[in-house]
Amino acid sequence: MTSLISARSLTKTYGDFVAVDQINFEVRKGESFGLLGPNGAGKSTIMRMIGATLQRSSGELAVLGKDPEKFGPQIRAHLGVVPQQDNLDSELTVRENLYIYGRYFGLSKKFLTPKIQELLEFAQLEEKRDVKVEALSGGMKRRLTIARALVSEPEILMLDEPTTGLDPQARHILWDRLFRLKELGVTLLLTTHFMDEAEQLCQRLIVMDKGKIMAEDSPAELIRKYVTKEVLELRFGSDKNSQYVDQLRQKCDRIEQLPDRILLYTNDGETLLTEIVGSGLHPITSLVRRSSLEDVFLRLTGRSLIE
Amino acid sequence: MKVKEAQREVSRFGALYIVEARFRNMFKWRSAIITAAILNPVLYLLSVGVGIGSLVNAKQGAGGVDGVQYLTFLAPALLASAAIQGAIDEVTFPTLQGFKWAKNFFAMNSTPITGNQIALGVYIAALGRTFVTVVIYWLILLIAGALPTGTAWLAMFVAMLAGGAFGSIMLYLTSKVEKEDFFLTAIGRLIIMPLFLFSGTFYPLSSMPLILQPIGWISPLWHATELGRYLTYGHSISGLMIGVHFIFLTSLLALGLKLAFRNFTKRLSK
Ligand SMILES: Nc1ncnc2c1ncn2[C@@H]1O[C@H](COP(=O)(O)OP(=O)(O)OP(=O)(O)O)[C@@H](O)[C@H]1O
Ligand SMILES: [Mg+2]
Repeated sequence: MTSLISARSLTKTYGDFVAVDQINFEVRKGESFGLLGPNGAGKSTIMRMIGATLQRSSGELAVLGKDPEKFGPQIRAHLGVVPQQDNLDSELTVRENLYIYGRYFGLSKKFLTPKIQELLEFAQLEEKRDVKVEALSGGMKRRLTIARALVSEPEILMLDEPTTGLDPQARHILWDRLFRLKELGVTLLLTTHFMDEAEQLCQRLIVMDKGKIMAEDSPAELIRKYVTKEVLELRFGSDKNSQYVDQLRQKCDRIEQLPDRILLYTNDGETLLTEIVGSGLHPITSLVRRSSLEDVFLRLTGRSLIE
Repeated sequence: MKVKEAQREVSRFGALYIVEARFRNMFKWRSAIITAAILNPVLYLLSVGVGIGSLVNAKQGAGGVDGVQYLTFLAPALLASAAIQGAIDEVTFPTLQGFKWAKNFFAMNSTPITGNQIALGVYIAALGRTFVTVVIYWLILLIAGALPTGTAWLAMFVAMLAGGAFGSIMLYLTSKVEKEDFFLTAIGRLIIMPLFLFSGTFYPLSSMPLILQPIGWISPLWHATELGRYLTYGHSISGLMIGVHFIFLTSLLALGLKLAFRNFTKRLSK
């Protein structure tokens, strides 16, 4: 498979501060690729470098086989960009925003008229078509920004935290739409700090922290590699948690103590819980769940993904 | 969709797509724009032209100022300063909006549109709006009888040149603004107002103390006013000075645009 995006030792510095630190990755045609990491990891910085709107400091970068520094407009013609912060034209209407954005790609009115209709349906904004953007809710603006990125039928759709600010229903609808786009052959590149989003949408992802790649693989593979199948979460009350940690440590593969709870990694949570209760410990609450990317992240960095 | 073809269009006409978007924006404000374009000259003509003019004319006698009625003397200066003000308004607001408030320049730049095209588009659109203002102003001056000669219509283009020169510099300066609060007021109070007062607007520059005259020399308003007076009532200037005024204004315009292009591109890729 050909790679649409390829980064070699890609680096971005701001003065002495290294925002993106010599990272390597490839995104192949038709795949959905994710960047997962906490605030400040460097996700948006990478997105903007790929989007040919931010100059890299060093390293190599090719997008659609071209260097973004030299072929910015040519590359951008094939990208659909959803920035982390909406940057719609607030004084124009919903429809006008889609229209002018399409015009920036040199698209004709003839092409845009049916396209806009289709996108209004996609974003469920038909009733708001003639409303000024400043009068939309945050979630509606987000949907419009996503619809706008699709107006030029991009080869690569780049979404920087696409569902931040959306309610759960809108989020699931969006996931579904993105999934369908992927089926149509659109390459997706997205950043998120929601692990469920990454698990749902990304075939492959890199886990980032402080400008570095901590791991790269499919969500399932990452979970298999770095954590056990299940997690047992116990709460003894925030002041008592630490007093049980040592006692519990021998009973499981790995243990993590968070401010409000203890996580025990094991392949069989129920059995472990029975054993713990049998040994005379009585947690206030207990929960057995499947391991997630959150746990992978905790394992890799010693920190939670969402503070 | 033939992306290649569409993209070739953008590299050629990108700035015009920005103009189109800007015009859509302005269109929402059309009544305010037209009202201001009419009220502004009417109020000026009534207060300064007619009010002060009657005092000046009474004092100066038949010779008037520079050999003409005060209103005639004043007209080209008012026309050029209206153009300057219009151009400034229409470049500063969208530029602050685009870089800071709504950040929509960054949206434009995530398409094949380049920083140069955004700058040029905002600029052309500002001049388009300015032209409407200037035409209305000119017609009102004509009705007021302040434009006696047959070449007076050319003063509109001189005024546009002044607006263009000031506008391009302001486009550049505004694109450098990170914190806007203070900037617009400062520009208004410290630059525009003094230039308005010291550019030979209300009386000939030569009747000012010599040490204040250089303010006029560097002011686009003065250069445009001199040209304008030559065109509207035959104010006498040498062919050399006509050239100097013209070259000064066009050079400033070109310099401002060049700096604006560079800074737009730089700021968008930061
Ligand atoms: N223009 C800038 N000047 C200086 N530092 C910057 C600039 N832009 C980003 N940074 C720094 O680079 C780091 C990475 O920022 P980036 O926006 O890429 O993070 P992110 O992973 O997208 O985070 P978030 O989840 O909060 O969006 C941060 O520490 C940020 O402070
Ligand atoms: Mg970010």
